[in-house]
Amino acid sequence: MTGTWAAVLVTAAGCYALKLAGLAVPRRVLERRWVRRFAELVPVALLAALTAVQALSTGQSLSVDPARLAGLSAAVVALLLRAPFLVVIVVAAGTAAALRALGVA
Amino acid sequence: MAGRADGRGDGRGRQGHGQAGPGDGQPGDGPDGPALSRPARDGLVLGLAVGTSGLAFGAAAVAAGLSTVQACALSLLAYTGASQFALADAVAGGGLIAGTAGAIMLGSRNALYGLRLADLLRVRGAVRLLAAQGVTDESTAVALAQHGRTAARSGFRATFASLYLTWNLATLAGAFGAGRLGSPQSFGLDVVGPAAFLALIWPRLRAGWTERGVGLLGAAMALATTPFLPPGVPVILAAFAALAGALAAPEPELQPQAGPAPR
Repeated sequence: MTGTWAAVLVTAAGCYALKLAGLAVPRRVLERRWVRRFAELVPVALLAALTAVQALSTGQSLSVDPARLAGLSAAVVALLLRAPFLVVIVVAAGTAAALRALGVA
Repeated sequence: MAGRADGRGDGRGRQGHGQAGPGDGQPGDGPDGPALSRPARDGLVLGLAVGTSGLAFGAAAVAAGLSTVQACALSLLAYTGASQFALADAVAGGGLIAGTAGAIMLGSRNALYGLRLADLLRVRGAVRLLAAQGVTDESTAVALAQHGRTAARSGFRATFASLYLTWNLATLAGAFGAGRLGSPQSFGLDVVGPAAFLALIWPRLRAGWTERGVGLLGAAMALATTPFLPPGVPVILAAFAALAGALAAPEPELQPQAGPAPR
């Protein structure tokens, strides 16, 4: 039990330290051209990766959940139609929920 | 609370109605009501929807052998989903030291987000100490999708507040077994995360070929390594796609409309 508490607290401290470290990087480092570009591109790479992994995997195996994929596809259509953000996520969740409720997917 | 002021005072006059967010201010959007700016509203809703996955964490943590208090402490203090799930796995599996190291390592993606947020938020001192806790996938995505610092800050704050509250309440409820009452999946909430991330990086993807290439490469790398690496690690690997992009094309393509406002 003590070991578990230590693990919980060390994890919390470590995670917080990492969050703070990113925000506290000195301005002059960020002013280097390629660092600045890297910082701009990182969220694009990571969030695209997160989208793909959340959409197409369960745990460590790649898998296709038809309702989830249909929901995400509906989101893409909404984005192509230039729908506002909230419409995009309501359309995505609503599509997946409807297909599941109907037992189609 | 040290951070109450949290930049709230500055730039209040230019809330940027109708110009922020994905979809780039299309005419149909119109101005919002006076109560809540669009970045704030988007952040609040995203936090509420994604925060429900705290139910799954609370349930998984207790099933893994954490106490309810420990599960809640993790959500309150670590407040980053991937690391929390990884630690719960480690508690269940036994390898506590390696598990703790792995969980912390998974938090490194928040450090990478901080590199970008540092310039958008420009926070110092006590406000920075508070803002740091709010750095997550969701708050970064919302901040990144806005035009201008005021909108980015407002989106970040709203996402942090609503996700923090929802995630922690959901963790508590999940630890008490509320997850068995109904599955968030039946409401399609498992699609909210990916759909929201895609919607929020959409304007970036339209900003240039480098962005599109980096996004595709990052997604491909993460998917290709998912079967072989512990959960969470493939997403961090995608940072190498950003590195490759930055080294290959250090200058953003000239497209003044697409990027954040010049400063």
